[in-house]
Amino acid sequence: MVSCHRVLQELSNYLDEDIDPDLRAAIDEHLRGCHRCSVLVDSTRKMLYIVGDERTFEIPGGYSERVHQRLTEYFAKH
Amino acid sequence: MQESQIESAESALIERIRKGENDLFYALIQPYERSVYLTAYAVLRNPDDAEDAAQEALLKAFAHLDQLRSNEKFKGWLLLIALNEARQRRRRDRQHLYESLDAEPIETEDGDFTPQQFADWREVPSETLERKEIRASVRRALESLKLKYREVFVLRDMQHLSMADTAQVLGISVPLVKIHLHRARLQMREQLTPMFGKRWIERLPFFKGKKPW
Ligand SMILES: [Zn+2]
Repeated sequence: MVSCHRVLQELSNYLDEDIDPDLRAAIDEHLRGCHRCSVLVDSTRKMLYIVGDERTFEIPGGYSERVHQRLTEYFAKH
Repeated sequence: MQESQIESAESALIERIRKGENDLFYALIQPYERSVYLTAYAVLRNPDDAEDAAQEALLKAFAHLDQLRSNEKFKGWLLLIALNEARQRRRRDRQHLYESLDAEPIETEDGDFTPQQFADWREVPSETLERKEIRASVRRALESLKLKYREVFVLRDMQHLSMADTAQVLGISVPLVKIHLHRARLQMREQLTPMFGKRWIERLPFFKGKKPW
């Protein structure tokens, strides 16, 4: 059986599935019985889903065009 | 396309650019323009500075394309140029400003971190909150991270670089990437929970024109 502290320590590896299968099973077991840790895992997973979505972080409008423009000017001079 | 196919297509483009077909450079960098910007933003935390650094990095990449070694991945090489450009600017122009604005970390120096927020994110936020509001909160949360955490988080969790590529671009070890990523994720979750933990329904009276009090 693993402790809440251990779940917290392994949270990131657990979400990345970068974890030993036995430990993973023990954490799964813990999560079935611990509401706080399930909330922690679930909300972290949702956070990652949100920030990993390209629509969440916008780059400035016209950036690509300005890059293109600067390169065109640079090519003309060199 | 497989990663290896992308890489060989890039090598062919790079070869032709080196021989003088400058216009092909647009196609070479197009898939990475966003990543270059995000990498600069991770360091500078400011859209204007990030764009300046990103543009400069892309020009430098063109000017120094002959320095890319044949066994080196173009993307990693390009992001390293962006990172260095942004770091130089950070040091040169605004060090005092950035340092004073850096939020105090929630953790202690030995890295112990105790989550405080346990509100349940019952509703999928992207479906219930306005995207504008999500964007603003994510930006604020990112800006509150310490630089070393933000760099790892932006490369790995926002740009989906592998652990190994993240480590290589930042010039740190994979175990250190994992440590920084773990803390960054906990802090991001912590910062975003007060917003996403709220039951959106409790705020609905505003939209119906009634004050909730
Ligand atoms: Zn627990």
